[in-house]
Amino acid sequence: MTSTETKTGDPTGERNPEAPVLEVEDLHVTFPGVNRAPDIRAVRGVSYRLNRGEVLGIVGESGSGKSVSSLAAMGLLPEYAKVSGSVRLKGKEILGLDDRRLAEIRGRTISMVFQDPLSALTPVYTVGDQIIEAVQIHNPQVGRAKARERAVRLLELVGIPNAAQRAGAFPHEFSGGMRQRVMIAMAMANDPDVIICDEPTTALDVTIQAQVLELLKTAQRETGAAIVMITHDLGVVAGFVDRVLVMYAGRPVETGTVDEVYHRPRMPYTMGLLGAVPRLDLAEHAPLVPIKGNPPSLAELPPGCPFAPRCPIALPQCLAAEPSLLRIGAQPGLAEIDAAPGAAGESGGPDTGEHRVACIRSGEIDTEQWTGADIYPLPEIPEGEATRIPREERPVVLEVQDLVKHHPLMKGAIFKRRVGTVYAVDGISFDIREHETLGLVGESGCGKSTTLMEILSLDKPARGKVVVLGRESGTLTGRERFDIRRDLQVVFQDPMSALDPRMPVFEIVAEPLRTHGRSRKEINRRVRELLDLVGLDASHAARYPAEFSGGQRQRIGIARALALEPRVLVLDEPVSALDVSIQAGVINLLEELQARLGLAYLFVAHDLSVVRHLADRVAVMYLGRIVEIGDVRSVYTEPAHPYTQALLSAIPIPDPEKERARAHVVLEGDLPSPANPPSGCRFRTRCQKFRALTGEDQRRCLTEEPALQPVSGGDHTAACHYAEKRAVV
Amino acid sequence: MSMSAERVASETETGQEGGTDETRIPGRWSVVLGTMLRQRRVLVGLAVLLLLVAAAWIGPLLSPWGFEERDYASFLRPPSPEHWLGTDNTGRDLYIITLVGLQKSIIIGLLVAVITTAVAAVVGAFAGYFLNLTDKVLMWVTDLALVLPSFLILAILFPAIRDSGWIVFVLLLAAFGWMITAKMVRGMTISLKEREYVYAARYMGVSPVRIIFRHIIPNMSSLLIVDATINVSSAIIAETSLSYFGFGVQAPDVSLGTLIALGSRQAVTHPWTFVFCTGLLIVLVMAVNLIGEGLRDALDPQSKSRRA
Repeated sequence: MTSTETKTGDPTGERNPEAPVLEVEDLHVTFPGVNRAPDIRAVRGVSYRLNRGEVLGIVGESGSGKSVSSLAAMGLLPEYAKVSGSVRLKGKEILGLDDRRLAEIRGRTISMVFQDPLSALTPVYTVGDQIIEAVQIHNPQVGRAKARERAVRLLELVGIPNAAQRAGAFPHEFSGGMRQRVMIAMAMANDPDVIICDEPTTALDVTIQAQVLELLKTAQRETGAAIVMITHDLGVVAGFVDRVLVMYAGRPVETGTVDEVYHRPRMPYTMGLLGAVPRLDLAEHAPLVPIKGNPPSLAELPPGCPFAPRCPIALPQCLAAEPSLLRIGAQPGLAEIDAAPGAAGESGGPDTGEHRVACIRSGEIDTEQWTGADIYPLPEIPEGEATRIPREERPVVLEVQDLVKHHPLMKGAIFKRRVGTVYAVDGISFDIREHETLGLVGESGCGKSTTLMEILSLDKPARGKVVVLGRESGTLTGRERFDIRRDLQVVFQDPMSALDPRMPVFEIVAEPLRTHGRSRKEINRRVRELLDLVGLDASHAARYPAEFSGGQRQRIGIARALALEPRVLVLDEPVSALDVSIQAGVINLLEELQARLGLAYLFVAHDLSVVRHLADRVAVMYLGRIVEIGDVRSVYTEPAHPYTQALLSAIPIPDPEKERARAHVVLEGDLPSPANPPSGCRFRTRCQKFRALTGEDQRRCLTEEPALQPVSGGDHTAACHYAEKRAVV
Repeated sequence: MSMSAERVASETETGQEGGTDETRIPGRWSVVLGTMLRQRRVLVGLAVLLLLVAAAWIGPLLSPWGFEERDYASFLRPPSPEHWLGTDNTGRDLYIITLVGLQKSIIIGLLVAVITTAVAAVVGAFAGYFLNLTDKVLMWVTDLALVLPSFLILAILFPAIRDSGWIVFVLLLAAFGWMITAKMVRGMTISLKEREYVYAARYMGVSPVRIIFRHIIPNMSSLLIVDATINVSSAIIAETSLSYFGFGVQAPDVSLGTLIALGSRQAVTHPWTFVFCTGLLIVLVMAVNLIGEGLRDALDPQSKSRRA
């Protein structure tokens, strides 16, 4: 059992319908350090109050304590964690209860949906059995048949087709989105009063995320439960929650209704965070606002505001004491702080439901009506020369024509025989010109990474051709191929696994130079230059990758890719593993490098907002085929393919007003298996347009595979028989 | 103070080089060496190993007794001023034969361990990295070496190599010990080669052989070093059993292995015949262990002991 020091709360626990269902007050969580290491103070004074049917969003970057605070409320932290404060569920204190008492509450009054639905479900029981268990454990009098009936009804409710039959399936037989539905069904099983969702959609594709969010709304309507939504995605929160709590370094720094926080943020951190998100709905190409620096270590927090070292408007008084979460205007004046340094630092008392901010300059920000753009220095990104030359006149640096990559499906241990084919990439064509970024987007499993690997391998493709800088791959001699490698470099998604953990940074960046036979002296000079170029300190070159943060590691990866001055840079989801405030810095760096060095980027991403920000042209992939390609402005404002429309519509916009007003196109079902794509148009099984067609028109979709056809002037093409431009953002 | 901070500090002190005022960035292996030599256990291990080497080669010169000399007046005598470590049942001075045995064992133990692990790493990594035909051939050889009884091979080879020196013997011992590690290495390589840094190296044009030695093998160093340290003691013991079949170290020549085999029979009645040679073996293995652990931590930037 978690060791706790509980403040004696109000023990009456009367049932007042107006009373909040969940009250967290001054919650602290400390992980004691081992081996003389300092304690890690993961949560330092979180308070919130949740009324019936209310949705609270807790947002923060990784390490801000948002998940730990809710795990602490559920009593799910490891035993060595020290938890103090008060958590009252319907007026009853639950912090400090022993495990058996907590087990009675968990799942019945308060339930949880976890991030990774695969590890949250037991692989050896069928999903039906797991839901039955959830039902029976709290209602032992319910018979098995009854419980089974309830399980099937729940599965139907969360939109599992064929629920009665699918209840007998095991978790691995479900897709990620389906598993998350099952988790939600389990969370709903006993009509809980509070559902805590810990990043419920982070592991899912956007179209599936839209389905799951829709479902959570249904679940809330059905059960009338209050929901705590923990996420790092400001877009998800905008359209879904009533109130927001922004956390930084284990403390709430701003709270209020979603409109207050999004439209009138008064804490520089929130302002920076909102400015750092690339927006799907903003066409103008302004640089993002990166927040400089990294979040502080929770083990050695400096005194004063934890955000002060990264804050553009920090004053000396900010370092005196940690500001409390107070109403705007209620913060002590600068003179008061000078008079009594260290007086503040309380966590700010219980949640009053007002817009409250932990910043001593919040009053000033409010009266001056400052926005993020006012206080954050906008990075200047030079305009590249080549952008002035029209696209047609710039040379093509990478050309892919009718590229095909099929993986054989083999069966049998000794005598392998081919039982099928995975059509990973099935005939795609595009070209990239100098000083241009092509965004390749699509859901996981659509073949975008396979395309990259095919291009990078420089081997002869099964069909079609790949031409890099005028040289066709597959026809190259070893020497020519080696030379092309110099001009074609790659940046990978996961900055941890992309850098050899056993090599110091200097060696990592020097590796391409060494491979291509540069002299020692030149390598020394160039590595310093590169580290400087990507904004890293050359004196850290003897350190290992593990000593750097995610964003810094990604910069090391970019430095390595730039070492040989390539002309084409292939980027495989380079920012998807990074926090928003760090991501903005890396995106700006990529833009700046392109302008300065005239690079061409092939940018693979699933995040369409990032692509809109960075790319000049975009290609949308579905099941191994490009369904729509064109310049970014045209594709985003007037998507013609139903899939592009659905994809764009599924992305939440971090603007509560716009988000609530949008009508989402929610796709049905999951991506079909690329081993067995549907006949005719591959998208027809999920297509919202197909369903609206008459039988006569549908036949064409069933039998004839659509080719890319121009939809408007320019080179915007879409592969749909009934393509029709429609604005969805 | 953390290791990295120390490293940066020492770098600024010692790293001045060339005309520039910038500090020189130390290379990968000098970082590893520096980290290794900064650990106390490595220094202790190295000191003990040096001491053992010194004892094995210089120690015999100090003894009044010769190596093949026998004292027919004292059989199985306990340690005395005359015979510092006592005598064995044929009147040989234990001090001198133990130290001469130590010479053999140090050479055999260290060489066999290094060769065995190196062969295992190279065979396993090549098989796992290239797969296909390379894998088939190498794993076929490995499986063959595993299933063929080593004594059978010895019996066949015995006439041919009877009179060759200890180098052949070392190679033979190494040839019997690499297979299982090679299989483990192969498995790890198959998973390591899917890491993005291996792809990155491949896409920048690094040759496969270089990738294996630069990325794959260093990332398995923990396994390999543990394997090598275990191999030191097992090689010394294995040598005994081979000597028993009249192969390898043969009388009148001695090794720690043969001495332990001899002494273990009378360990209870005449403990000095057993205690000293066994003690030296333990000290040798422990010294190697200390160095191995230090090397492992120096190679692994995430190891706990470095952070503490």
